[in-house]
Order: sequence, then structure tokens, then C-alpha cells
Amino acid sequence: MKLRANLVIGGALFALAILVGLLAPWLAHTDPVLDANLMNAEEPPSWTWWFGTDGQGRDIYSRVVYGARISLTVGIVSQLINSVIGVALGLSAGYFGGWWDDVVNALTNLMLAIPSLIFALAIMAVLGPGLTSLLIALGLTNWSFTCRIARASALSLRSQGYVQAATVLGYGDFRIMFTQLLPNMLGPLIVIGTLGMGSAVLSEAALSFLGLGVRPPFPSWGSMLSEARDQITTAPWLSVFPGLAIFLTVLGLNLLGDGLRDSLDPQSRSRRT
Amino acid sequence: MTAAPLLEVEDLRIDLDDGARRVAAAEGVSFRISRGETFGLVGESGCGKSITALSLIGLLRPPLSIGSGVIRFEGREIQHLSAAAQRDLRGNRIAMIFQEPMTALNPVSPVGRQIAEMFVLHKGKSWREANQLAVEALASVRVPAPERRVHDYPHQLSGGMRQRVMIAIALACGPDLLIADEPTTALDVTVQAEIIELMRNLCAERGTAILMISHDLGLVANVCRRVAVMYAGRIVEERGSADIFRAPAHPYTQGLVDSLPRLGSRAALGRTRLKEIAGVVPAITSFPDGCRFNPRCAQASDICRTNAPTADFLEAGGLVRCHHHA
Ligand SMILES: Nc1ncnc2c1ncn2[C@@H]1O[C@H](COP(=O)(O)OP(=O)(O)O)[C@@H](O)[C@H]1O
Ligand code: SF4
Ligand SMILES: [Mg+2]
Repeated sequence: MKLRANLVIGGALFALAILVGLLAPWLAHTDPVLDANLMNAEEPPSWTWWFGTDGQGRDIYSRVVYGARISLTVGIVSQLINSVIGVALGLSAGYFGGWWDDVVNALTNLMLAIPSLIFALAIMAVLGPGLTSLLIALGLTNWSFTCRIARASALSLRSQGYVQAATVLGYGDFRIMFTQLLPNMLGPLIVIGTLGMGSAVLSEAALSFLGLGVRPPFPSWGSMLSEARDQITTAPWLSVFPGLAIFLTVLGLNLLGDGLRDSLDPQSRSRRT
Repeated sequence: MTAAPLLEVEDLRIDLDDGARRVAAAEGVSFRISRGETFGLVGESGCGKSITALSLIGLLRPPLSIGSGVIRFEGREIQHLSAAAQRDLRGNRIAMIFQEPMTALNPVSPVGRQIAEMFVLHKGKSWREANQLAVEALASVRVPAPERRVHDYPHQLSGGMRQRVMIAIALACGPDLLIADEPTTALDVTVQAEIIELMRNLCAERGTAILMISHDLGLVANVCRRVAVMYAGRIVEERGSADIFRAPAHPYTQGLVDSLPRLGSRAALGRTRLKEIAGVVPAITSFPDGCRFNPRCAQASDICRTNAPTADFLEAGGLVRCHHHA
């Protein structure tokens, strides 16, 4: 795999976000929720308060650091749910074809016709706000691209010699799907999964911004933006830093996705030539 | 009392359903293979050899299907077995290797794992045992340094090595019948001989019967005790391979024999051109009436154009389908 700029920068940004989330208790200066002190409310960024403080005197830096946990958990877990659903449906539809393929296709088209954020919003409205509802809502609404790719790959791989050879050797349907098809479509699935994680981080921010996501006082980047809305002119650091965190994470994931796509593209793989 | 043959094909007809109508892609195909026997199926490309092979393991897929006839493996009719029972035959009792060693292996899985999978799938071995057996299987097909080679991916192996791996996979479970469909057509001539030799020796050691399919009569006659010649979906001649070479009875077989270079002949020395059979195999949808070989046959007479020849059993054993056979 050739190292490319987008792969390296994207990977580094994503790794940084993960590290920050993992090491939050050591990196944060104060407790993100409890250490409120009205004596130092709305302090601008300084040596003491790197990213400034909010209206309740909480350290924005510490809240951004802890916010990484929620944003990344939502991004990763909900995309995993999407990937599992999309692969299960798309792979089986492409492999079996027939009426099952029609059903999956109809379902996919339905999902594509409804904007996923609107769909997630509807689910959140039913389930109520909170982390679990977020994971469910975002995990159930963004699998259609994964499904499309898995289905198309299964369709084209199905006629490969090694898939037919496996049938001849007595492999059952599920063994064929898991050993012959899935490993050969992993590249595009990883790419779409990485890009999907980025959009899930954004969706989390959007839903939390609308007050449907993680409940205050727990910090997520989206909920911080939401709370900062009224002070955007008086205390812009309240929205700049969580916004920057979202921007860098999503940028990182998109670059990583693009980089992986370039590197996993069979045409550019040097060992094939 | 004679034991039932290992494989028995009786009056097999394979239908091709092109949406509008059903045509026979193969018909009246009958042959038997005993335990440990080597049997060859020869004919030009498009004669119906591969679809016959697929029908034997229950793998004809639409638009092709078995129209009529019986296929018995150890006396059991394959068509009437459950899907699970058919699957258990495949790879375990009847194995098959193909022409393309380049594409028949999964590119993202180490070859050792692909061999081991057979032991896990059909013999209920643990992965640990299976991996060990895979090394032995690779050693048995004379792949050097098998304990290292099991970790290789297919793209790291040459065509010949890949076909060895395919043979290791096919013979892993000790099948009773190995179907080899053009197993060496895609390989270099020098490698071909090695692979054929290996396959023949391994099967002879283990008592595995071979159904060898090829367009190359010389190759098949070399490996097999008996040979059936197929033309346009019908078996036109079936005899011992020495006989068929010495005195081909059917004009088509004659043509195949004449198109082979003979050791020491002028053609083999490159001085004269080899004789070829003029014309091509007709498409399934436009098989001629009567004997299907008649447009290409020098001996064709009026009856050949109207009546399909029936089987004549030869005194020396074997059969031929031709109105004017030798
Ligand atoms: N899936 C298929 N659909 C339609 N026709 C087929 C299919 N497979 C094979 N055929 C036709 O059946 C005939 C026999 O094919 P095949 O058994 O592959 O020939 P051989 O192996 O002798 O070269 C050919 O005319 C081929 O075009
Ligand atoms: S039956 Fe007639 S056309 Fe057919 S092979 Fe014999 S002589 Fe030729
Ligand atoms: Mg063929």
C-alpha cells in the first residue's frame, strides 16, 4: 500500500481524535461537568484556559476533550451498525438474487429517498434524546450506500472462478459469502465505512445542536455548539473550538476514506502488476 | 454379481432454455466409470463436455438443466438427492479441477487456508488439525517447502504451482472421482506434462477414478484407459484409448487423430501442415438434421442428412455412431 498525503494526514487526524478520546481523563484540566465556577465565567482563551470558559465557568478545552468520546463513539458505533446491516442485506441480495434482491432493492431505494438525517430525527423523536437513541437512530438510517456497494460487489464477484470453484468443492451459501465474497469486497466497504463515520459525526452534531442528541450537561461537540449559539458574538470561542474539533475529525475521516480508496484500488496496487 | 459402477450416466439429455424454446445441448449421453478407472471425454470446444461434467455434480444452472436421463453415483441417483446431500458429495466424494488455475483460487486467502477449509468443511476437523493436514497435502503435490508455501497468496505462485494447489484441494478429502476439465490447457507445455503426471500418479496411488476432459485426444488417450469422443452434444465413439488411436472408427475421431502430430512424422518435424477438420462445431440452436457431423464429413451420404445414426457396438468392444463407420 503506497503512502499518500491524504491517507497520512487523514489517518493522523483520526488517530489524534481517538487518542484524545481515550486519554481524556489525563488530558483534561478539569472535570467537564462538575468544575463549574461562575467566578471565571466566559473567560477568553488564555494560558490558564486554553480554549476559554463558558457561561458557567467550565473549561472549554476539557469539555472538547471529553466531547471526543461521545462524538467518536457515535461515529464509530453507528457506522458499525450501518455496515453490518448494509453488508448483510447487500451481500445476500447480490448473491441470492431473485425476490430477496427485489425486497432489498426496494428497501434501499426507500432509504435513499428519505434524507437520512430527517429519518434519524423521526426516530429520535420517538425514542427521545440520549446516547442510546442516537446510536440506534444513526445506525439504522445510513446503510443504503454500504448495501449498494456490497450488492454490486457480490453480483460481480459471483461469477468469479473461485466462487464457482467453491460451489464445486461443496461450500454452502454462507461459507461462500463469508470466505469468497466478503473478503474480496472489504476494500470498498472500508472506504465507505470511513466516510460514513465522518457523516455520522456530523449528524450527531446536528442532532445534538437541535437538542435531540446527548443531553446537557454532558459535553458533545454538537451540544456545545448548541449551547454556544446565543453567545456567538460575545464569546465566539464557545463555538469555534467544538466547531474546529468537528471540522478536523470529519476532514480527517474524509481524507482517510479517500486515501484508502486510492490505495485499495486494485489498479493502483503495485503487487498486481 | 458385479459391483455397481462408481458413476453411471444413462441417456442424459441437457436442455438449454433460451426463453422461447428448449433445445438439447446434449442428448443420449451414456457412459460408465468404474472405481479407480480413468475415462476420457474428448471433443472440440463447444461440444458439450463441460456442461456434461457440471450435470454430474448437480451444478447445471439456468438456462441449462437436466432434461432427462439418469446419473447414478454409487448406485444413487444424484438428481434426487437433497441439496445438502449433493453438497456433501461435491468436494468430498467427487472433486473437480478446472482450466483456469489463475482464477480458481481466492486471491485474498492464503493457499494453505483454502486447502485446510476442505478438511474443516467435509471432515469436521479443527482448524489446527486442518492446517497441519494442509501442509501434508501441499507436500503430496510436490510443492517445495510446503510449510512456508501454505502462507503464500495465489498471486505469489506460478500457474503450475497454482494448479498443484488446486489438485491438493481437489484430492484433500480423498474423493472417489476426480473430474479434470481441461486441467492443463492454460499452462505451458512443459508444465502440462508434469501436472498430468502428478495427477495420474496421485489418483493411481489412492484409487481415485478420473474423468478427464479435453479437446486434446493425445493427452486424454495418454492418461485414460477408455475414451469417449463427443461431437455437438452426442457421444460419437467410445473405445479403449489404444484402439481409438490405432483404428478410429468415426470420421470425426479420424479427423481428431489426423490433426495430432505423430512422433517422427513429417508434420511433427514441421515439414507438412497438420490436417485440420474443416468447419466449426455448430451452435446448439442450429444443429443439422441427421448426423450432426454431416456438414463437415467427407463420407456423408443422403442418409446422414436425414437420419441420426444409432449406436453400433464393435466386436472389439466399444461403440460408434456413424452410418458408414470403419
Ligand atoms: N450457461 C450457458 N448458457 C447458454 N449456453 C451455454 C451455457 N454454457 C454452455 N453453453 C453452450 O453449451 C455448449 C457446450 O458448452 P461446453 O460444455 O462448455 O463445451 P465444451 O466444454 O465442450 O467446450 C456450447 O455451445 C455453449 O455455448
Ligand atoms: S453418419 Fe455420415 S455424416 Fe455422420 S460421421 Fe458417419 S458418415 Fe459422416
Ligand atoms: Mg469446456
